[in-house]
Parts: sequence; C-alpha cells; structure tokens
Amino acid sequence: MANLKELSKAPQKVTGGHRLCAGCGAGIMVRQAMIAASGTPVVVVGATGCLEVSTTIFPFTAWKSPYFHSAFENAAATLSGIESAYRSLKKQGKLTKDIRFIAFGGDGGTYDIGLQSLSGAMERGHRLLYICYNNEAYMNTGIQRSGATPQGADTTTAPAGKVIQGKIQSKKDLTQIIASHNVPYVAQSYIGNWNDFITKVQKALNTDGSSFINIFTPCRLGWAYKPEETMNIGRLAVETCLWPSYEIENGVYKINVMPKEKKPVLEFLKTQGRFKHLLKPENAPIIENIQKEVDAKWEILQRRAEVGKTGAKA
Amino acid sequence: MIKTIYSKGKLAAKTGNEVMAEAMRQIEPDVVAAYPITPATEIVQIFSQFVADGKVKTEFIAVESEHSAMSATLAASAAGARAMTGTSSQGLALMWEMLNIAAGLRLPVVMAEVNRAISAPINIHGDQSDTMGARDSGWIQIYSENSQEAYDNMIQAVRIAEKAQLPALVTTDGFIISHCMEVVEMYPDADVKDFIGQYKPARTLLDVDRPYTLGSIDLQDYYFEHRYQLAEGMRQSKKAIAEVAADFAAKFGRKYDFFEKYKLNDAEIAIVVIGSTAGTAKVVVDSLREKGIKAGLLKIRVYRPFNVEEIAKDLAHLKAIAVMDRADSCSGAFAPVYSDVASALFSAGVTSPKLVNYVYGLGGREINTTHIAQIYDDLSQIASGAKKPSNTVEYVNVRIK
Repeated sequence: MANLKELSKAPQKVTGGHRLCAGCGAGIMVRQAMIAASGTPVVVVGATGCLEVSTTIFPFTAWKSPYFHSAFENAAATLSGIESAYRSLKKQGKLTKDIRFIAFGGDGGTYDIGLQSLSGAMERGHRLLYICYNNEAYMNTGIQRSGATPQGADTTTAPAGKVIQGKIQSKKDLTQIIASHNVPYVAQSYIGNWNDFITKVQKALNTDGSSFINIFTPCRLGWAYKPEETMNIGRLAVETCLWPSYEIENGVYKINVMPKEKKPVLEFLKTQGRFKHLLKPENAPIIENIQKEVDAKWEILQRRAEVGKTGAKA
Repeated sequence: MIKTIYSKGKLAAKTGNEVMAEAMRQIEPDVVAAYPITPATEIVQIFSQFVADGKVKTEFIAVESEHSAMSATLAASAAGARAMTGTSSQGLALMWEMLNIAAGLRLPVVMAEVNRAISAPINIHGDQSDTMGARDSGWIQIYSENSQEAYDNMIQAVRIAEKAQLPALVTTDGFIISHCMEVVEMYPDADVKDFIGQYKPARTLLDVDRPYTLGSIDLQDYYFEHRYQLAEGMRQSKKAIAEVAADFAAKFGRKYDFFEKYKLNDAEIAIVVIGSTAGTAKVVVDSLREKGIKAGLLKIRVYRPFNVEEIAKDLAHLKAIAVMDRADSCSGAFAPVYSDVASALFSAGVTSPKLVNYVYGLGGREINTTHIAQIYDDLSQIASGAKKPSNTVEYVNVRIK
C-alpha cells in the first residue's frame, strides 16, 4: 500500500506545461507512475504517441528524468538496449548507481505494432517495466481502431455507419499474452484509483526481471465524454468487470479490486459518445454480446484468483 | 609471399566474417545486439561464442528482429555504451527506419555489414543493393576489397564514428569475401584497444544526475536545422576519416584513403569500382599495362561521405571511364555510383572524360577477368573515337533478349 502523505513529498519527475488534453488519462497515469518510481533514479523510454509528442516538443521537455524516444514500434527493444548498457557498464565498474527502467507505450504501440518488440524483451527477461497506457485506439493520429478497441466502439477507421456498427471484432487480451511469457509480474490497473496503480508500479519496479502493467486510460477526446469524467469512467470499467484490476505475481493471480456489486456494462457504455449508436434498440444484441464476453472472462479470472488464494493446482 | 607490415603483427588464415568477429572481439564493445541473417550470421555467431567463453565483457542481446537489433544498439549508444551490430540484405532493409534514427540522433553505432542482394526474388548472394539502398541514411559507409581491409576498416570505423558523431558501417561482399579464407595480418589485442581508446560521450541517458530528453518531436521551427546539422556532420566527417587513416598508418603501417588509385595517374582509361571486384580488375589492369595499354582503376573505399572534390581531381585526366555498379537502380536512369561520379565530375567542371555505366554481378552473378577486359576494350575504343559511348546502362553477363 502506498502512503499518500509520503508520496505527496516525492519529487515531480513530470512537470506541468505539457500539451496533453484537459482530462487526459495518460497525463494522470504518467504523473502517478513517476511519483511511484521516485525512490530510485529512472530512465524512461516513450513509444511514439500522445504522451511522447505532448511532453517533448523541442526545445521544451516535461521530463526531469532521462527520457528517450526513438520510434513507434520499438519502445521495449529500445529500453532493453539501455538496460543492457546499464548492466554492462555496471559490471565493468563504470557505473555504481542503481537505476530502474520504464517504457510507456499506448495501446497502438503495444498491442499492435510494438507487440513483437515487447514479446522479445519480455522473453529475454530484461529488468524493466513496460506500462501500456491503454486508451483503446490510435488517439494520436485521430482515433483509429486498434487491437485494443472493444467491440462496437466508433473509431475513424471502424466507424459506426448505416450497415456496420463500429468495430466488429472484440479486443485482444494483451495482459494474458504477456502473462504467457511467464514474467514475474503482470498487472492490470486503471485510472481512478491512484493507490492501485502506484502500488503496482512500485511492486513492478521491485521485481527482479521483466514486468508489465496494462492501465485502462480513458481518453476524453476519443471516447467523447466531458473531461471531468475521466476518473469516473475508469472506475466504471472496473465496477462493470469490463476491465478488472488484477495482478499475476510469479504465476499467482489476485483480483485487487472486487466490485461491491457487478454493474451491467451498459452503465459504462452509456457514458461515452463512442458507444452512442449502440443505444439504438436494433443494436441491443451487440451490447448483449459485450455483456456475455465480460461475464465469461470475469468467471475465468475469478476461478484463477481462487486457485491463487487456496494454492490448489489448476 | 605475404608479409606483416606491423612489427607486432601476426599472419592468420581467416574468412571475412571471422576477421570482422575478431575485430569486434578486440574492440570489445559494451553492448552488441544482433539477429541472424545469411551471409552475416557467422559474425555474431562467432562473437557470441566469445561472450560465452568470457573473452569479452560485452552484453550480447539476441534480439527478435533486425529492427530491434538497431533499436537496442542505438539506445545502448545513447545510454553511453560502445555499441555494435551486424547484418545483411533484408536485415538492413528491416533496420531502415532505425538507421535513419541512429544518424538523426548522432549516435556512433558501428555495424559489420555483409553485402547481399535484396528480395525479390530472394537470393542470398553478394551484390551491393542492400547498402546502396541505405546510402543516404546518414551512415558513413566504408567498403572492403578483402578481409584485410575489412579488419582494418572495422578498427578505424569505431574511432571515425565517435569522432564524427555519426554511425558507420563496414561492408564485405557476401560469400566472395565473407566466406573466403585469406591471409590476414592481425594486430595484438592491446594495440587495437590502445588505438581505439575509451568512448567518452558528452552526454548519456544513464547519467541520471544530468537528465536530458533525447528524441524529441521537432516541428517546423527546429527540424530543418537539425537535419542540416546532420548533412553538415557528414560533410565534416571527411576530416575525421582522414585523421583516423593517418593515425592508423602511423600505428600499423597500412595506408588508407577515400579512394585507392591503382595505376591511375598516367592512365587514359579507367574503371571505378567498389569492393572485391577491384581485386579482379587490378589483374586485368596489369595485363593491359603489359600490352602497353594505359589502363587504371579507382576503387571507392569510403562511399559515404562521398569525397566529390577528390574523385573529380583523380578522374579529370582520363579519356574514358567505366563506372561499375554492383546494384541497379529502378530510377529509370543510371545506377547509384555512376550518378554520384557523374555529378562529382560535372560539379567540378570536368566534362572531358566519356563516362559509361556498367551494372554487373547482381545476386552473386559471376564477374571475371574476361568481363572486365571487355569493359576496358570498350573504353579503349571510346577513347580512340572508334566507338560511341553508351548513354544508357550497360549490363554485364546477363541474358537480355
């Protein structure tokens, strides 16, 4: 558990003045991550995306930690090069400090174009934390569908039209893909619960090996809602079990936030313009299908967490 | 009989790939990231054995693609490490995005590159299409005629890159040099280490007490200046290349220049060529000289930066010149080396030599003394006025209906 009083004294490694939108989930995410990481010096790599372009407009930078960006699809490979340089120089006695390594990538840069690079880095086991700030579409280029875009969402490349109602396919489960790499720490978190996210970042940074956090990060522009709703929408994703907060520590599952009552997915969908067309009566089957998928996945997750609790073999 | 030039040099039988790996062992970079690809695989294979046997302190990253190889290598360089990689053909093509980024961020990465044809059709053999495709990516390009040059070029490339703050690649011709055993003079480890010295970058990402942002977004107000600086850096790198060559000659005794002039000064006709074919062409020059024909040769060692002033001066006195390209261009016009040589001559006001472009050896197609003798014969006739110079690309040893 993170201590708010202590955290409030932590040095701010990401300063204001960046160009992220008002109400942007990514801005909240990165500040919390860097506060969580303030105990040890950190070198940051960013994949091309909103966070990168908004915080590093030359000759300005919002970063008070070393920050490196090279391209879109290679944040994990890039950071693995820095982490290897660190190990090499440390081994040779040319460097004495303890340093931690964090990569930030959006869902486009992580689920899609950067998946190979991420898989390679996770398999090689570099000691680094990869944080995917998942806003469920390519927001930086103007809200195009990604592998993380949920079924039914209206995006500019899978728009809702007269015959097609937004994205036809369901999103892929990246957290499970990374879990299958058997890295020591994998977690899902969300905007709207600082303690959940900060605790996970700190756990990940203390892990001797690769770690991955997939944080559900509302985008007020792409999801079409009022900027002040960001936190509420993040929480609704967890309360509807559409985006459970859980972690897998050395293979053991744990649900970190158990909703008091599991709300219907409609409660989440109706808060955002990207799902507006789903509210038409003829699109009820799409919502039913989303609910069915959420229920099924939630069941599986609970069973896995139950196994983790009792220590029983699956 | 091959003799050593350096007092402490030792002769060894090595393939091109083996000497490149040996050079990497002696350089002992902090980080190497690489991915297997024919015909360059051996270089990193041998090198990873050095790592496994504890002969080098290098962190070796066996990445999952060449794109990641270049990403990790350039990032390690930005972190303050001396970083190297090796690749060929499709691997270089996959790196293309990151090649430009390594140069744009002025990171002195060094690469062992084995020249191989580009797909499609897929072909594993030697031609220079791969590095020609990356010729304007901001990398210093140094080509080797044989294993000795590959070894010497690799050692020099480290210092050149760090001095010029530009990435550098050293090539050999696939299979012809990479897999061919030759006698090479090698220098003691300590002497190579002493020659390359320590890498001391001004700023690094791991210097956490002096944090800085690298790889920012540059808009209309800064991008142009930074790209100008890169192009200017390439122009200025000629000085670094010449200085390192002078130091290398002083230390190890072998002299290197941007171009090697072979019986060129009094020649009337000459071939301009890159890589291993220069060796074959020198044999033809010798036999023509015996017949009293004033043939010569200019071999391009450093292709990027292209020393336009020097090559124009070297070629100005000739009556006819054949530029041999081991890569074609789908420009609808001429192959790359010819275009560069032509513009070098024209910009220097040299318009008297007749200039012809020959494309040869694609996909490892044989090029032998008979083919080259035929080119010199063409040049003799062009020089005497008996034959009109071709104003289009001439293809050597290819079936054209």
